[in-house]
Amino acid sequence: MFGTALIVFREVLEAALIIGVIAAATKGIPARGYWLFGGILLGLAGSAIVAASMKGIAQFADGIGQEIFNASILGVAVLMLAWHSIWMAGHGRALATEARAVGGAIREGQRTLSVLLVVVAVAVLREGAETVLFLYGVALSGSSSLVEMMVGGVSGIAGGVAVGVTLYLGLLRIPLRWFFTVTTALVLLLAAGMAAQAARFLVQADLLPSLKSPLWDVSSVLPNESAFGAVLHGLVGYDAHPAGIQVVFYVVVVVAVAIAAGMQWVKSINTGSKK
Amino acid sequence: MKKIISTFLLALCTLVLSMAVVAAEVEVKLVIENHRFQPEIVNVPAGQKIKLVIENRDATPEEFESHPLNREKVIPAKSTATVYVGPLAAGSYPFVGEFNQKTAKGIIVAQ
Repeated sequence: MFGTALIVFREVLEAALIIGVIAAATKGIPARGYWLFGGILLGLAGSAIVAASMKGIAQFADGIGQEIFNASILGVAVLMLAWHSIWMAGHGRALATEARAVGGAIREGQRTLSVLLVVVAVAVLREGAETVLFLYGVALSGSSSLVEMMVGGVSGIAGGVAVGVTLYLGLLRIPLRWFFTVTTALVLLLAAGMAAQAARFLVQADLLPSLKSPLWDVSSVLPNESAFGAVLHGLVGYDAHPAGIQVVFYVVVVVAVAIAAGMQWVKSINTGSKK
Repeated sequence: MKKIISTFLLALCTLVLSMAVVAAEVEVKLVIENHRFQPEIVNVPAGQKIKLVIENRDATPEEFESHPLNREKVIPAKSTATVYVGPLAAGSYPFVGEFNQKTAKGIIVAQ
């Protein structure tokens, strides 16, 4: 039972951290609750479908369908998060100073929410599908009773959600002056981490060269499977022994989005001072 | 700005292509049965890319996972999956079946 709870917790954790960051990053945009919740529901429905069709996905493209699938949905999430970072760079000041007023910002705010709904759905879908498969295996193998499995599953989910909520509440305590800078930076690092994960799947499928693997190895200092390592992995894409190509993907996303966001920010200052 | 970005991308592509050395790959077969890997100790040559072909004969899905190798992949019931690893430096690389960690354990030994 404890084993079940632990594995479910680890699967839920990553999605919960992502949702925690996004919930904080969309503070002040009206109706965000519906969007985030909608994303979670879509993701749950999606994970059931993915889990059920895992065999088909796995056998697609000579046994590397799963990697292509994971890399593609991660790629979509990276684009959405990048778009949000760039948008926030242009509107964060308005959101921080005029709170929720600006008419145009609200309409555009809905657009960033619809983009982030996809990210939330993707996060839930990826981790959810694995959880469903795992629990299905436990149920089939009959190694533990249904009640034990349910208790394990529910407490694992509860633990993961608790970490996500704690992160969200912690982020809300950041002073307003810094708030949107911090959350936008977190969203950017989330995107970079996902890009690095997508690269890892493509190396695993032999579709990309690893460019020296591992490029470095600090697993003796902070292993991936440690609690702190797992949280950092979910938040900023920490990897104790990344392949070179993962680092390339990470850096390219950070630099490209930071440049684009910086340009938006300068533009927003210029138009703001002209008024 | 655009020029800098396109130069950078071009350099990156060249790097990626030049690093995609055509190395001979070694194929290794693994079987999962009764939530155990067969064989549990896998000897592979160091410095070469390895194609792991894992067949899951159980009626339940399994997740091949290795932190040292940085690999994870769900292998549905009664199906076969491919995972590429390496080229590896000489050493031992443990792996597990995450869904049945008590029994599904193994080590890849590169030498």
